[in-house]
Amino acid sequence: MNRFDYIRPGSVAEAVAAASEAGAAYLAGGTNLLDLMKIGVVAPGKVIDITRLPGLDRIDWLEDGSVRIGAMVRNADLARNPAFSAAFPAVSEALLSGASPQLRNAATVGGNLMQETRCAYFQDPLSHCNRRAPGAGCDALEGHNRSHAVLGWTPSCIATHPSDFCVPLAALGAVVEIEGPDGSREVDLASLHELPGTDSAGGIALKHGEMITALRLPAEASAFAGHSRYLKLRERTSFAFALVSAAAMLRMEQETIAEARIALGAVAARPWRAAEAETFLKGKKAEPDAFAEAAQIALKEASPSGDNAFKITLATRVLTRALTLAAKGTPDRVPALPASVFTSSEGATAHA
Amino acid sequence: MTLSISLSVNGESLSVPLEDPRTTLLDLLREHIGLTGTKKGCDRGQCGACTVLLDGKRINACLTLAASVDGTDVTTIEGLATGDTLHPVQAAFIEHDGFQCGYCTPGQIMSAVGLLSEGDAGADPERIREGMSGNICRCAAYPGITAAVLDAQRRQSENEGTSA
Repeated sequence: MNRFDYIRPGSVAEAVAAASEAGAAYLAGGTNLLDLMKIGVVAPGKVIDITRLPGLDRIDWLEDGSVRIGAMVRNADLARNPAFSAAFPAVSEALLSGASPQLRNAATVGGNLMQETRCAYFQDPLSHCNRRAPGAGCDALEGHNRSHAVLGWTPSCIATHPSDFCVPLAALGAVVEIEGPDGSREVDLASLHELPGTDSAGGIALKHGEMITALRLPAEASAFAGHSRYLKLRERTSFAFALVSAAAMLRMEQETIAEARIALGAVAARPWRAAEAETFLKGKKAEPDAFAEAAQIALKEASPSGDNAFKITLATRVLTRALTLAAKGTPDRVPALPASVFTSSEGATAHA
Repeated sequence: MTLSISLSVNGESLSVPLEDPRTTLLDLLREHIGLTGTKKGCDRGQCGACTVLLDGKRINACLTLAASVDGTDVTTIEGLATGDTLHPVQAAFIEHDGFQCGYCTPGQIMSAVGLLSEGDAGADPERIREGMSGNICRCAAYPGITAAVLDAQRRQSENEGTSA
């Protein structure tokens, strides 16, 4: 790890001022930043500890029914907050399916949004990576890429965003509050992570010195609480990143889907909201054929970026199954294995 | 730039100069304070050998900067027993053979103490296994570990006068 200056500012304004200098990085839970510093992927000259900034560790329910979550709220605290998990059960399930209990106790809401891709070539400073070093090329294109993107990729970058938390958030229309050298602004979570372009690798859409201060979920997002699931396929039962995942949330009126919210995880450089599939399900009966067709629609533009065509089939099945589980209703309690395909066998099969 | 931090470790107030801000909580405990019970495994938050309680919550000491724990309360494996009386989780690990080589054991035990205080697992072995998924055991003593945590959970519930 490189040497750095450690600074603990007393206010957001002080933090932003300190971060405006070149080579500065914000430190929150540290579970991603310190790891990246240890392996030499990032080397900030100044580390700005924002974990003690006043007011950023609160969950506030606003008068209009929306909820505002401070950026320094820890993942475990948010997932276990009774009011939050009752209103947004798929978000809690996604949080609890991510990382390990120790990491969830440290990792923050803001840090989860800011986390970097787990592409092995990004994580290896000796490999070529456009995301880490623009213009360097992409070793993943001809490398081990079975877990890489099948949507929204270009030859510039085929990495995926690794977050579970962000997947239901994108579907629920979450808004990210940002403070920076030029003042405050807001951005939709679904577009916080830029997709790669012809000559750009994409990445987080924050300007230098900006920090995430809060996340908001609109009041209408809690209308899906009764039929919300997150399903995460991974290569071991726990403590693994998703190979593909899906958040499926339905607002039911008797047997009819009044409104659907759908997003896929680990298929693109951002949590992938499937708006066309949502529209397709509106007004449909909650039946297997409708879910299977919605899943086909969600993946219709998918294409393999390497040795990963199987992920398109997997994502279609996982989404079909997530929708099937959502239609059955949110369980009273997050399952023993959150978001796992090995639980919740209530009629849904592994080959939906 | 020398920082100085104050913290409580196993109930003892300490003030420690930090010459290098790169020092992690794990290295602070082992190299500066001399508490070597907390182990360094992967040093990247993947194995759980360095698990300690920070203000009562289990975390990976390897991914925590020492500078950032100024003013906190840290509990390590050395702080669990009361004199010669083992903590119930320590006793349960011995009783149920919850280890072989022992290297991961301090982290396993601290993680189990954290799990029990979180109160989510109850008497469900599946929830206990999931709740202990941040701790790797290279000897694969997992059946003993699960049995030990279940037993410790049961004893804790009995002491609290409730059924698990």
